[in-house]
Amino acid sequence: MPKIKVNGSPQEIEHSVTVAELLVLNKVEMPDMVSVQLNGEFVKRENFGSTVVKENDEIDFLYFMGGGR
Amino acid sequence: MTLNDQQIERFSRHIILNDVGVEGQEKIIAGKVLIIGAGGLGAPAALYLAAAGVGTIGIVDGDEVDLSNLQRQVIHFTPDIGRAKVVSAKEKMELINPDVKVITYKERVFASNIADIIKDYDFIIDGTDNFPAKFLINDACVLAGKPFSHGGILRFDGQTMTYVPGRACYRCVFQNPPPKNLVPSCAQAGVLGAVAGMLGTIQAAEALKYLIGKGELLTDRLLMFNAFRMEFRTVNFRRNADCPVCGSNPAIKELKDCEQAVCELKQK
Repeated sequence: MPKIKVNGSPQEIEHSVTVAELLVLNKVEMPDMVSVQLNGEFVKRENFGSTVVKENDEIDFLYFMGGGR
Repeated sequence: MTLNDQQIERFSRHIILNDVGVEGQEKIIAGKVLIIGAGGLGAPAALYLAAAGVGTIGIVDGDEVDLSNLQRQVIHFTPDIGRAKVVSAKEKMELINPDVKVITYKERVFASNIADIIKDYDFIIDGTDNFPAKFLINDACVLAGKPFSHGGILRFDGQTMTYVPGRACYRCVFQNPPPKNLVPSCAQAGVLGAVAGMLGTIQAAEALKYLIGKGELLTDRLLMFNAFRMEFRTVNFRRNADCPVCGSNPAIKELKDCEQAVCELKQK
């Protein structure tokens, strides 16, 4: 099973998945709530469904946070 | 500039630090910092920057103090309810340090006024509570070549990054505001008051490090924490060539207010 790193923690996935599928697996409610960085490069939102995450990839989900008052 | 005896005593815990010293304290006193939003993030930032001796502090906010603010906006006290936040904040900063010059702006930032407000400041702190303002502050600072600290909080979470010209900006990471109402505000979802304090004081520390020119700023990285699990994490990144404002072929060449700001204003 491919091993990847999600938000700094090791995770095993059953097979290669797309960024969009990985977001669902990690319970990110809506893809629009995060910015995604894969191996140091930001993934364009329109490519979430076509970008495949592979063995040893490192992926981070950065949440929008708009509060401040 | 020479520090007088009172200043040497007042700032002795700074001056004794090898990386600050008299020279660093003089830079802090000569510094000009603008705080946009006198709320959860702006309140602790303003208190610590005034206490630190920042010579000129600008504070921008169009609102009055509300009872529901006092759980986290520690610069405002119960008798301040109903008073302009910028006036309440100015009074407290001057009580902490009578030498600080506080300039108040009782207004919201828009594409039409922000460039004029930020132009005289060395460093800007984003303490706003909505995405249109956060993206506007980023764009205004990138276009004007001004460093700023981004801050965001929600529930038990906080995030912050520092922009300095030439390094990654907020849009390098977050490109465009999320669809309206997808990401809740603190008014909708709540926030632990102390989380605002944790993040606002990080932003104040970044401003002070920038002024003295020492230490590692939060550039090209986003610091995120969750106070419920009390875990901190930093994600590194690089400037994004596709960034709509600082990339190699930017679409944003002038400031614009986005839709959401207009809608929120109408609700007020």
